[in-house]
Amino acid sequence: MTAHLAPLPADQLSPAPLAPTVLDVDNLSLSLRNADGMLPIVTDVSFSIRQGEAVALVGESGCGKSITASAIMGIAPENAVISGTITLNGKVISNLSPGDRRRLCGRHMGFIFQEPMTALHPALSIGRQMTDTLRHNLGLSQGEATNRAAELLDRVGIPRARDILKGYVHELSGGMRQRVMIALAISCGPSLIIADEPTTALDVTIQAQVLDLLEDMRRELNLAMLFITHDLEVVGDFCEKAVVMYAGDVVERGLSADIVGAPTHPYARGLIDAVPAHDDGRTRLTPILGTVPPVGQWPEGCRFAPRCSRADAQCQTRPSLERHGQTDARCWHPLEGNR
Amino acid sequence: MTLIQATSPDRLSGGDEEAFVTTNRSVWQRLLANPTAMASIIMLTILALSAVLAPLLAPGNPLRVSPADRFIPPGAEHLFGTDNLGRDMLKMVLHGGRTSLLVGLVVTVISMSIAVVLGAISGFYRQVDVVLMRLVDGLMAFPGIVLATAAAGIMGPSMTTVITSLSIVLIAPSLRIVRGQVLVVRELQMIEAARAVGVPTLRLFTRYILPAVSSPILVQASFIFSAAVLGEAGLSFIGVGIGPKELSWGNALTEARNYIAQAPWIVLFPGLALMFTILALNLLGDSLRDILDPRLARRR
Amino acid sequence: MLRYLGKRFLLILPTIFVPLILVFLLLRLSPGDPAGMMLGDQATAEQIAALRTQLGLDQPIWVQFLLWLKGIVTLDLGNSIFFREPVMQIVPRYAGVTIMLTLVALTLAILIGITMGLISAMNRNRPIDRGVVTTAVLGISLPEFWFALLLIFIFAVTLRWFPVAGYNPPSAGVIAFASTIFLPALALGVRQSALMTRMMRSSMLDVLNEPYITTARAQGLPESKVIGQYAMRTAAMPVVTVAGLSAGYMLGGAVAIEIIFALPGLGRMLVEAVGRRDYPLVEGGVLTISLVLAVLNLAIDLIYAILDPRIRYQ
Repeated sequence: MTAHLAPLPADQLSPAPLAPTVLDVDNLSLSLRNADGMLPIVTDVSFSIRQGEAVALVGESGCGKSITASAIMGIAPENAVISGTITLNGKVISNLSPGDRRRLCGRHMGFIFQEPMTALHPALSIGRQMTDTLRHNLGLSQGEATNRAAELLDRVGIPRARDILKGYVHELSGGMRQRVMIALAISCGPSLIIADEPTTALDVTIQAQVLDLLEDMRRELNLAMLFITHDLEVVGDFCEKAVVMYAGDVVERGLSADIVGAPTHPYARGLIDAVPAHDDGRTRLTPILGTVPPVGQWPEGCRFAPRCSRADAQCQTRPSLERHGQTDARCWHPLEGNR
Repeated sequence: MTLIQATSPDRLSGGDEEAFVTTNRSVWQRLLANPTAMASIIMLTILALSAVLAPLLAPGNPLRVSPADRFIPPGAEHLFGTDNLGRDMLKMVLHGGRTSLLVGLVVTVISMSIAVVLGAISGFYRQVDVVLMRLVDGLMAFPGIVLATAAAGIMGPSMTTVITSLSIVLIAPSLRIVRGQVLVVRELQMIEAARAVGVPTLRLFTRYILPAVSSPILVQASFIFSAAVLGEAGLSFIGVGIGPKELSWGNALTEARNYIAQAPWIVLFPGLALMFTILALNLLGDSLRDILDPRLARRR
Repeated sequence: MLRYLGKRFLLILPTIFVPLILVFLLLRLSPGDPAGMMLGDQATAEQIAALRTQLGLDQPIWVQFLLWLKGIVTLDLGNSIFFREPVMQIVPRYAGVTIMLTLVALTLAILIGITMGLISAMNRNRPIDRGVVTTAVLGISLPEFWFALLLIFIFAVTLRWFPVAGYNPPSAGVIAFASTIFLPALALGVRQSALMTRMMRSSMLDVLNEPYITTARAQGLPESKVIGQYAMRTAAMPVVTVAGLSAGYMLGGAVAIEIIFALPGLGRMLVEAVGRRDYPLVEGGVLTISLVLAVLNLAIDLIYAILDPRIRYQ
């Protein structure tokens, strides 16, 4: 087990500290093969999730968090070259054939997408999409599958479940669509849910409801959850742990309370400062200078160095992910843990 | 009019409503750099040369019968063989191409010119647009060959009949494309500004609208040309085309089908020439669209 | 749903009337006296005058138009000059063949188009894809009447698998019917199948990038189901949309095909009527083709509405 899993303080939100590990990602790297050669997208990503635990994968768009999720699910693009080890419920899955990987989807891992309008089939009824999954993964009959689908919709808070099953995605509101998506993801009893920005496309009022629902499902079903987001507020409220990514790298990793409260990596600090804070009475909004370097144009050493005020000559060599105070950070000049 | 159809799916998915905004300056260079376009240009050059030079390449009246030379298979004497009346098929194909290409060219020019004028009017005047578009809808779905057949029956088969009926029938698809483009262009700031300062409509048309619609027109012209050649051949083949006294590929095939068992070559060569022409024009249209509209080219 | 079909029906009306109005105008406004032309040189002045009265040609043009309109709405187009029978009794004898031919050709074209487009998209940029794309370009450039002659030469004259010409109605048995309809339908369908192949390929490639396909995969559905049901369902929609245009095209192409294969259909009837200057029958033929096209288009709209639930609730 990786070093960052220090014993959790007793007052943490997470369940019993010795809950089994559901997902372990070790040194995952992913490159895309194109006409010019290999294009690295994600390098050396490691983290793990225990049962009942929510881990946030945080970063700006283009940092590689979504493709990391697709690599875990086994639905990365065809031209992706993946290395590293992915372990699900104690079984290494990264060396399985694509067909065997596909069989894990749905039954062991569920996926929730950002935009439920496009993530649900426009011309197949909600019921058809749910029963197809249930029948294929659990071997239910059509009747059993329909009953189970109705129960699931009921469970995610959708009224008139039987009618909705006959309906189509365009007839539902945004919040309802995402509830259907959640019902679909948990339908076959997975132990891991990967949610890719599940609330970004929703209205602010609906966001809170959907987050509450996800939280309920996690507790009720004791799910491990990988929560991909760029919203640090959500991270603090919703996830026990966080993994901050920048330009394909994990730059900081630890308990989200520590990262949100006292980040060690300058990039994580910058992300937090870029959020208008309203709890301490003044509005602070300091954007990070510069832009994320595009894939294929990453600097040699620390990838954040060109935008970092603390960078010096040492940052020309690549730092490794090491423990600094309460969290792990990939930085030569980490910030003091407590500000 | 479904005498022709766009050879690409993109056209039907409403793509032509959006602007083809490209400068025409480098079109020629890009055509030369595109292997498909080059191939089609070479094919069309061969066709044009053989049509123009037909009297030199194959002198004499191609329709002169010579009963002693009936059904000679292709060989050194007659490269494409002879038909049931002893006529040399090579001569027939070369001279027939003159008619086919001439009809295609004239129909393209007439129908495209009318389409541009009507399309511009339609794009600028709402009331006209409503009526014209209903007419276009009516013509788009109906088989043009049937209308042209009826027209030929009424006006009598002749070159004029064929050109008139094909031109009418082929206005509709081009009109729709030009109108769509004009609707986009008229919203552009420079044109709004020109209208605001009172630039006369005619001048607006020649200075701004025409250049803006030239790319889609160029693409469309290739497809209209190919449809016109095919249409003439089809009409002539069923006997309501240019009339039996003239020679075209379609006419040549009318008689040929009765002798298909004993002399398949008299079916083969006029048809090959026809297919070669249509293929060249379709390839030109496809590559022009790829070059002029990168948004659609991406999908290939 | 009913509202949607009603709207589609209104859109189809121009398809019925615009061609008919064109024919009406051509007939009435072209130089020369139709009655005289119909009856030929030997006709007496009385005969011509009688026919003019019968056709209403002695009336002012707007009266003629109203009479003509009334005739169309009541499906009474007068008598055929050649057959001396009501047009609306003659036309149905020929319409069945054309409808059968078009339906079989359309079915063939859709089946070939969807299959080849699917194969092509699933093997994108591999040799088989390039082969299909090239074949489709050639197919689009293939004049169907010439292709029909080639088919006759290969399959009827040389291999003797099919009769050279003639028609057996479906009532004569499936095999007998199929043996006379297959080659004509193939000839008529080939260009459309090539167009549909291209369309299916490009729409399949688009659909495969849709998030709901990723969802289906992420739910663990096997690839055969993801492609065969989830992707096909949406990818086939554009093909169905163009089937209406294809049907129109085929009704036109059917004229030559019916002549080549000696099928007693509307197209052949029309060309013969044109040759005999039998104008009432010409009008009847154009009207029938318009109506067939309208019904086919409505049927296609209905299929489309079944495929795409978003339409049904408009």
